[in-house]
Amino acid sequence: MESLLTVKNLQTNFYTEDGVVRAVNGISYSMRPGEILGVVGESGCGKSVHAMSILRLIQSPPGKIEGGEVWFNGRDLLQLTEDEMRKVRGHEIAMVFQDPMSSLNPVYTVGFQISEALMLHKGMDKQAARKRAQELLVLVGIPEASKRLDNYPHQFSGGMRQRAMIAMALSCEPKLLIADEPTTALDVTIQAQIINLVIKLQQELGMAVMWITHDLGVVAEMVNTINVMYAGYIIERGPVMDIYKNPTHPYTVGLLGSLPRLDEAPGTKLASIPGLPPDLLALPKGCPFYARCVYRAAQCTESMPPLEDTGTAGHIVACWRWKEIFRKGA
Amino acid sequence: MTTNSTVLLRVRNLKKYFPIYSGLVLSRHVNDVKAVDDVSFDVYRGETLGLVGETGCGKTTVGRTVLRLYEPTAGQIVFDGTDINALGENELRAFRRRMQMIFQDPYASLNPRMTVGSIISAPLDVHTKLSKKEKQDRVQELLKIVGLNPDFVNRYPHEFSGGQRQRIGIARSLAINPELIICDEPISSLDVSIQAQVVNLLEELQDKLGLTYIFIAHDLSMVRHISDRMAVMYLGKVMELADRNEIYLRPMHPYTQALMSAVPVPDPSRARNRQRILLEGDIPSPVNPPVGCHFHTRCPWADEHCRQVDPEYREIVPGHFVACHYARIN
Repeated sequence: MESLLTVKNLQTNFYTEDGVVRAVNGISYSMRPGEILGVVGESGCGKSVHAMSILRLIQSPPGKIEGGEVWFNGRDLLQLTEDEMRKVRGHEIAMVFQDPMSSLNPVYTVGFQISEALMLHKGMDKQAARKRAQELLVLVGIPEASKRLDNYPHQFSGGMRQRAMIAMALSCEPKLLIADEPTTALDVTIQAQIINLVIKLQQELGMAVMWITHDLGVVAEMVNTINVMYAGYIIERGPVMDIYKNPTHPYTVGLLGSLPRLDEAPGTKLASIPGLPPDLLALPKGCPFYARCVYRAAQCTESMPPLEDTGTAGHIVACWRWKEIFRKGA
Repeated sequence: MTTNSTVLLRVRNLKKYFPIYSGLVLSRHVNDVKAVDDVSFDVYRGETLGLVGETGCGKTTVGRTVLRLYEPTAGQIVFDGTDINALGENELRAFRRRMQMIFQDPYASLNPRMTVGSIISAPLDVHTKLSKKEKQDRVQELLKIVGLNPDFVNRYPHEFSGGQRQRIGIARSLAINPELIICDEPISSLDVSIQAQVVNLLEELQDKLGLTYIFIAHDLSMVRHISDRMAVMYLGKVMELADRNEIYLRPMHPYTQALMSAVPVPDPSRARNRQRILLEGDIPSPVNPPVGCHFHTRCPWADEHCRQVDPEYREIVPGHFVACHYARIN
């Protein structure tokens, strides 16, 4: 099938006083139309920076997209002019940010903020945009939508603000919705509401969704494919069932082992990963996970392992030793 | 629970209201935030009691009020046979050395101008008459216990990562050999792989030093992992309290059931097949909690009775407490 988004060798660096922070180090993957992709990793793994790079929202300086291609709908977004890019943002690709408190403008009503995009991208007049904004609030499950349009963000609760953000993102029927930790600031019962909402809307509208999170539990139930990122690299990628059943990178295994399960037996120990993520100012030459890896060997320090096919459809891994570690019997 | 089941801490009908004042000149007491509203529980020596709940449920306030960092509005806090609520300041100080706290935010809870050594020895300065040399030795020993290099004594907090800072906070809380440690969301600001490290450390320390913990968090799976018994709070009240297995296998309160079904499961096939109980709406304000049962506005079972009468918090089977009119043994 034709892909919707193809990222090729994307690299983003930040030039700081302390040196060059290598946030994204040449990642490549593609997404099909209507696919839900989970991008998983811990703080500083480059998951958000890579999404911001796709939308060219990296502040420069200090940030700079050093290279790569981002093909979306037959165009390389990195080659567009700023004017052309502005027509992509919020229109073809929309983004929902982590913190609904700070991503809404406190001095405008919620209704105005939703209709703004409609007037800009769809050329609607004020009345039509307001009417559509109201429909969108109903769509995302905000009660008394007609009254709520005239509310300011502070009159909304956290969950409602995130719903409003989603309404805004969906206003122009984007082909791709990028959700950057949209539920991290919310309580679990509200998180469950938002996840259900996004799954429902994705099915109704058929858009592709990129869900960025540090929580392997959240993505388990909704995504088709997972990219696991570490230190600016994709270190493992595959269909969701396969990633959870047969994780093939020691980091993914460690991450899954670090999670307590609600149904675990008493006395279960968490398999924590020792040490800390590497300093992005001074990435090692070899595998970035080397220092924390229980399977490390001399060969791992030589160079960054390439992504290799594991033999299961679409499941790739960047580890020098994955065969001997995880495929012993095979 | 451990074999030794004497009660270390007994909390009875604890209330903590924060007054709201209105008016600039004639400031009047107009209302209260009922952060903790009639909470009772016991903590046995050597066990971990988990307090879990969503934003604003009062779990942190319970922790702080138990240490009398907040003055309780009403109720009894009996620590090892003494009602600490009735103690004067000097007597209280003697009790404080038996109870310590680990705070949520390792960035805000360590003074940036103090070295790690002086941070950890601060409780020793207050509560002991050790010589300088003895204090130094104790600090080095504590750093070793929490898995940090003893040579770090002269470094400042900014030189450490979040996980390491939390270890410093743990070392500080252990300095004067407390019996009870209140862990207030000690891991919620940490990355997944680091969370597991800190939780494993807390468990090891408990085994080694015979500590009693009150572990406060919003992450149900983590609370279940570390606790022997757990209490689920909602809007200032304990809704359910039971042994970790009992509450997982037989949750009787509809809120507990909904909370459990909302917890993300890091297993795609199970996550997709389970039935989710979605709660509607948001958590009401603790300033004007709903009349009757606090949960009735979101409860799938609520009827007229629940809207009028606050359910009694009662022991339905031995050790299993529930505050719901319709809790049944099935």
